[in-house]
Amino acid sequence: MAKILKLRELSKKDVLISAGHRMCAGCGAPTVVKMVLMASDYPVIAANSTGCLEVSTCISDYTAWKIPWIHSAFENAAATISGVETMYRALKKQGKIDREIKFIAFGGDGGTYDIGLQSLSGAMERGHDMLYICYDNGAYMNTGIQRSSATPFGADTTTRPAGSAVPGKTEQRKNLTRIMAAHDIPYVAQASPSHWMDLMKKVRKALEIKGPKFMNILSPCNRGWRSRTDDSIMLSRLAVETCHWPLYEVENGVTKITFRPKQKRPVEDFLRPQGRFKHLFKPENEWIIKKSQEDIDREWEKLQKEEALFAS
Amino acid sequence: MPKIVAATGNEGVANALRQVTPDVCAAYPITPQTELMQRFSSFVSNGQVQTELVLVESEHSAMSACVGASAAGGRVATATSSQGLALMWEILYIASGLRLPIVMPVVNRSLSAPLNIHCDHSDAMGARDSGWIQIWSENAQEAYDNTIQAFRIAEHLDIRLPVMICYDGFIIGHSISRIEYLEDGEVQNFVGEFRQVNPLLDIEHPLSYGPLILPDYYMEYRKAQDEVASKVSKIVLDVADEFKKLSGRKYGLFETYRLDDADIGIVILNSAAGTTKDVIDEFRDRGIKAGLLKPRLYRPFPYVEMGEALKYLKAICVLDRSDAFGGSFGQMFLDISTSLYPYDKKPLLINKIYGLGGRDYLPEHAEHVLNELIEITRSGKVKAYKEYIGVRE
Ligand SMILES: Cc1ncc(C[n+]2csc(CCOP(=O)(O)OP(=O)(O)O)c2C)c(N)n1
Ligand code: SF4
Ligand SMILES: [Mg+2]
Repeated sequence: MAKILKLRELSKKDVLISAGHRMCAGCGAPTVVKMVLMASDYPVIAANSTGCLEVSTCISDYTAWKIPWIHSAFENAAATISGVETMYRALKKQGKIDREIKFIAFGGDGGTYDIGLQSLSGAMERGHDMLYICYDNGAYMNTGIQRSSATPFGADTTTRPAGSAVPGKTEQRKNLTRIMAAHDIPYVAQASPSHWMDLMKKVRKALEIKGPKFMNILSPCNRGWRSRTDDSIMLSRLAVETCHWPLYEVENGVTKITFRPKQKRPVEDFLRPQGRFKHLFKPENEWIIKKSQEDIDREWEKLQKEEALFAS
Repeated sequence: MPKIVAATGNEGVANALRQVTPDVCAAYPITPQTELMQRFSSFVSNGQVQTELVLVESEHSAMSACVGASAAGGRVATATSSQGLALMWEILYIASGLRLPIVMPVVNRSLSAPLNIHCDHSDAMGARDSGWIQIWSENAQEAYDNTIQAFRIAEHLDIRLPVMICYDGFIIGHSISRIEYLEDGEVQNFVGEFRQVNPLLDIEHPLSYGPLILPDYYMEYRKAQDEVASKVSKIVLDVADEFKKLSGRKYGLFETYRLDDADIGIVILNSAAGTTKDVIDEFRDRGIKAGLLKPRLYRPFPYVEMGEALKYLKAICVLDRSDAFGGSFGQMFLDISTSLYPYDKKPLLINKIYGLGGRDYLPEHAEHVLNELIEITRSGKVKAYKEYIGVRE
């Protein structure tokens, strides 16, 4: 087991993604990466899919990554890191390497829920000792805020803009965390940078488990969410407190809710500060907010029932 | 002592891979490559080779895993055909752009649609500009020998580039023929220990692979890649020399057959070259000066050497087992034309497309072509620059 996290010790740790990268001010993604890397007590090698995080952190001749890092393409971060991990196993078996190293892939929601789902599913099924982290900002941000299957219901994006005939995204989000849990891998979790201790504990737990692990981490994007640059963490907190983004884990098939809001806030609290949901507050779009609330309630109830099932 | 066996081409290449023992191999089934990786996998299952297999869910992931494994710092191989190579296309450029010495047998097969599992060269031709070295093989022996040499070429410290070894699906891949195997120890000595260059697994020296390079430096990066290609020919020849010492078998950038004093010639790749050589013998017996050139190193294409070898001829037919659609010629015809362009006096050139989707290439096809070349040298006139042969009207 990893040691208990203490803030004092954390403050002494190196930050392994340096300042000076070119992500937008207030972007959630580098904060997520910083927390993930800080949580590890082991050396980490990372793969990164094409997307905001990748294009803004390694522009030749500069790199923000203080760990070995590889970017290959958009849809193959999982397959790429699976290759790195396999070579590690091969060389370890031959006695050419003896250090304990952990392997993490970072992918955006587009690179994970959509174009990279096959590569991710394959790598998980093959049982590589790796942690895949999806930083979910709810759209293809790098190419200019296009809709992905992670985009929330009703959100305004550049390929499904809210107009007089179409009220933004007309489909529900894909529940990727559940899809990954259905792979029956040893560890799946959902986390948010607002609850940093919970996030880092989950990473530490995941890294102690041998085999394939998946974490879905909410990653606010002020460009795409049309929100203030200094509201990112607040928004990720509201996502958790409204249960839009419940914090839970599924360890060896056992579901556990890791944070229970004292009082579940209405979804409007999460939607209102974001420009991408502005049109939902027009009278004709009321039904979208109502449906969003129903979807959230249903999923939250389902999670609680699942948790109770294992508790009894 | 070499061991002489009767084996399929795929079996021979699987044995070459076993003898080389890559650290990591990725595998995904596709006809006619499947047999190769199946045989290799059974070597793994039976403990006859210490290689970690990655049994991926697609060829896209096969090449992606190879990129990761190769960057990590070890010897890597995979194999494919046809649609599998097409699916890898995106990552082929990444493997070469990152200068990763991955070795990949490509068991040549046609491309869909229409679906067809049999031999032609459309698959590898579609990847000829991807920055990979391509080495083509006439028969099972060449496929075996080229696979072994490919590791030395790919891993050469002056180039570090991925290599494809191409051989004909079914015709070579699945046919049993005579192969002379080297001893395991000889192969291992020949390829040597893998030498790491900037391995990702070196935690003490963290490196970033695959940066974004903007217009300020992208072109310099590409120019460097082009310059590296110019070093390949010499390395291929050096490795061939060493291989000859070991095996007694001679390889070059291309093979010429009765070409030195020839008036007419055929340029043709892979298995069809064998059939053509027989027909050339018959024409020679009749006093006709016919010859053949069979490319081996197809990428980077040895334009200068090729032009020098062919410039003396009066007429040449380039036979392509693939077509570059769009009112153009077969891919190899375009390359041979380019080789000959600099010369004031040059042969007349024609292009025949043959053998698509496994259509048989028969001695009568070679005869037809040689007779046409005789006619061209007599009349000085070309009737048709491009024609499909062995096809219904
Ligand atoms: C095969 C392929 N298709 C499309 C693209 C273009 N593309 C690059 S990044 C990107 C969006 C990435 O979205 P996501 O994974 O959500 O990451 P984000 O930028 O939002 O952080 C797209 C569509 C690409 N690079 N490769
Ligand atoms: S567009 Fe969004 S995800 Fe991309 S860097 Fe800016 S804030 Fe981050
Ligand atoms: Mg995104």
